[in-house]
Amino acid sequence: MLIDFANVFLFAALAIGFVALILAVGKLIRPDNPNPIKKSVYECGEIPIGPGFSQFNMRFYLVAFVFVIFDVEIAFMYPVTVIFRDLMSSGWGLLGFIEIAIFILILMVGFVYAWSQGGLDWVRTLSSEK
Amino acid sequence: MDATLISLGLNPMPAKIISMVIICLIVLIAFVTIGGVLTVVERRISGFMQARLGPNRVGPQGSLQWLADGIKLILKEDLIPDGADRTLFKIAPYFCLIGVFGTMVVFPWGSGVMVADLNVGLFYFISITALVVFGVLMAGWSSNNKWSLLGGMRAAAQIVSYEIPVGMGLLVPILFSGTLSMGGIMAVQGWAPWEWIVFQSPFTVMSFCIFFIGSLAEANRTPFDLPEAESELVSGYCTEYTGFRYAVFFLSEWANLFVLGGLTTAVFLGGGNLPDFLADYTFLSVLVYMAKVSVIIFVVIWLRWTLPRFRIDQLMNLSWKYLLPGAFVAFLGQAIYMLITQHIPAVQTTVAVLMFLVFVFILIRFFIRVRVNMREQQIPVNSPASDVPLT
Repeated sequence: MLIDFANVFLFAALAIGFVALILAVGKLIRPDNPNPIKKSVYECGEIPIGPGFSQFNMRFYLVAFVFVIFDVEIAFMYPVTVIFRDLMSSGWGLLGFIEIAIFILILMVGFVYAWSQGGLDWVRTLSSEK
Repeated sequence: MDATLISLGLNPMPAKIISMVIICLIVLIAFVTIGGVLTVVERRISGFMQARLGPNRVGPQGSLQWLADGIKLILKEDLIPDGADRTLFKIAPYFCLIGVFGTMVVFPWGSGVMVADLNVGLFYFISITALVVFGVLMAGWSSNNKWSLLGGMRAAAQIVSYEIPVGMGLLVPILFSGTLSMGGIMAVQGWAPWEWIVFQSPFTVMSFCIFFIGSLAEANRTPFDLPEAESELVSGYCTEYTGFRYAVFFLSEWANLFVLGGLTTAVFLGGGNLPDFLADYTFLSVLVYMAKVSVIIFVVIWLRWTLPRFRIDQLMNLSWKYLLPGAFVAFLGQAIYMLITQHIPAVQTTVAVLMFLVFVFILIRFFIRVRVNMREQQIPVNSPASDVPLT
């Protein structure tokens, strides 16, 4: 059983090897004569102003934050979910359900808070930002 | 396979490793072929839906177009723009490919046909697909291009937002089957539609819808293809990519379509299960499985030409304000339903058969409506524009 997990690394290694091999073969046969125009950044034909690493909307950061919290919570829910059927057949089903429900309730408090604070709104107008 | 190698005089351990490498190579070739063929299939179906031809020159019915495209892309000059972060720019495609190809370890090709039936299968599945976000974000950030940066950020926000509904949607089948392994989940389902997980209760139907919408968004399919919105962002995070690196992004995207169909089939639609008297024919099981996957893929391509693209605030609202609470309701509902009907299996069977009949009724109703609409419009399907009356 444990050796099955070696497949994961094998697959990753082979995927890397496959792309690297084709890129290496390609290097031998593809043309390579760059010039400044070719190597300039594509901006619909205009000469780009400033670097591409520009500012971006703060929202993306906020979404990532909410995501991390929820994703960890969901990872915690998987083990309970897997054994729920076993719990039921051994007569502990109701207790298991109550525990999951309490966990989800706590999760929901955070969710409702994030929602009420506007953390889930993409477009925020000035009037909603008090 | 390792039994054959041992009989040839090899020790068990090297035999195991050699057979693993051979299986992996076979899967890699199948993966690349399926990803390639799907690009042609999508273009042909799109052509059919828009009353045009699509690629039909290379090979019979254009079926070798993907090979021609691949060779052309290998021969293209590999440009890295000035001021780009060269290391990140080069390794980004690898992350995308590993994220999709890694799922093949637990991918079921039919009943009992899989590389390794890991006992944490589904969990591994959703964690390895998270690697795609890294690839997309790296590609967007390292290109030194404003379009790429915006596209990468959008893609990351979108994939990250929809990962939660997908994870929650998968909890319901796990609740029903009590296992994380792909083989185990397929084994609790039967061949008949009312034995599939999707028709078990109203809550499983709900979780199926949530999961399916979420995985459409995760695979960057229309109506959620904001990261590559051609009319706004040129080509999103892969604007600066050329040649084979660009091809890797697209290979992983189309292979992702296949993975989406495969996961949906295995978890919700009964996988490759056959009636008992046919259970010995593995080949038939693979065939049934692939037929179901093809139907899902066709529906996904159909959706592309049916629905317009979402706006980014609508996209975020859908995920956080509708799908996520819905997934919580489906999860708790299924748990309560299982507790109540625990000792009365007759109720479960009745509900499952009823759900299936409702589905069949909706399907028939849908086709009747389509026929009526087509007759009322008086427009023959796939007719040239000049034949359409202008009123």
